[in-house]
Amino acid sequence: MLAASGKLDRRELVRALLQDRGDMAVVAGLGAPAWDVTAVGDHPLNLPLWGGMGGAAMVGLGLALAQPARRVLVITGDGEMLMGIGSLATIAVQAPANLAILVQDNEHYGETGMQETATRHGVDLAAMAAGAGIRHTMTVREAAELPALIDALRRGPGPVFAVAKVDAGNLPLVLPPREGALLQARMREAILGPGAALE
Amino acid sequence: MLRPLGGETVNDWPETIFALLCRHRIRQVALVPDAGHARLIRLCLAEPSMRVITLTTEEEGVALMLGAWLGGQRAVLLMQSSGVGNCVNMLSLGVLHRTPMPMLVTMRGDYGEFNPAQVPMGQATETVLKAMGTLVNRADTAADIGPAVEATLKFAFHTYRPAATLIGQRLIGAKTFGKE
Repeated sequence: MLAASGKLDRRELVRALLQDRGDMAVVAGLGAPAWDVTAVGDHPLNLPLWGGMGGAAMVGLGLALAQPARRVLVITGDGEMLMGIGSLATIAVQAPANLAILVQDNEHYGETGMQETATRHGVDLAAMAAGAGIRHTMTVREAAELPALIDALRRGPGPVFAVAKVDAGNLPLVLPPREGALLQARMREAILGPGAALE
Repeated sequence: MLRPLGGETVNDWPETIFALLCRHRIRQVALVPDAGHARLIRLCLAEPSMRVITLTTEEEGVALMLGAWLGGQRAVLLMQSSGVGNCVNMLSLGVLHRTPMPMLVTMRGDYGEFNPAQVPMGQATETVLKAMGTLVNRADTAADIGPAVEATLKFAFHTYRPAATLIGQRLIGAKTFGKE
């Protein structure tokens, strides 16, 4: 669970999080989070985003409201979450019990040359989420904290907002399909059944 | 106050839109409030089958519409024309994923505008939406509203893409800031 730096390994964390995932739907923010979920294995209940930076948590909200009996997990990065930071207020007010958000916080913009993000300079995303009114927030740095993190994200009363401080090393690219219509259609079919394409 | 400029005296167009949203089974109503939409927003808030989601910025609503559609619900985005500018890059999602994204936009910066700050985005609204692949139709009279909004809803949900109706200030009225 730890990278050579002693920090959390983002891929191992996602692998543990998605093990025996059941009918959980996953929205992954563009860049490394999309590669992370795909490294575990491409899945029809994954929506890896290729664009729309700042929108991952809101895609999760729309899905969570539409599917209240299903767990919805958003996995995104610190840069992506910062761009859509206002959505934490929107989500806190809607308060869907089935929505969990994990920020893989490496404190850098990993896809563009590892420039530092605001979290590198003390900006505390979990505190911002708490300030928005999300009651269940946590920041995790140690391997010993992972079972509680995974339990909260998989089963805790939502909305859950968690930050994992992860190693900033760039890992090999594991690319999901790029065809957005395919990604949308296959998730709709997995959730709604074969009639989804006929609506 | 809002004063109609086009000569319409009976203005039940918000009720017309609300009836269309019901008929097209809209379940999530995302919005940043605008005075022009105030009556429609009150109707949606009072409707148990609709969830009103007040956004901090309009682009959140674009992403929300993708999520709703993934989960089998229909959504709509209500906003003022200035909010269209906040949506530009997020509209990529609707094109990429082929997602129904109906938008009902109340105009500022057109017919009878008082506030100069509203003019640049108001005049660019239609161009910006079209540049991002959105079908745009306008409603400038009460008689336009039903056909235009219905066309937007059908275009979005039947052909899987962003579509917008721009509701002009000639119909809504211009905010006068106390100066007649």
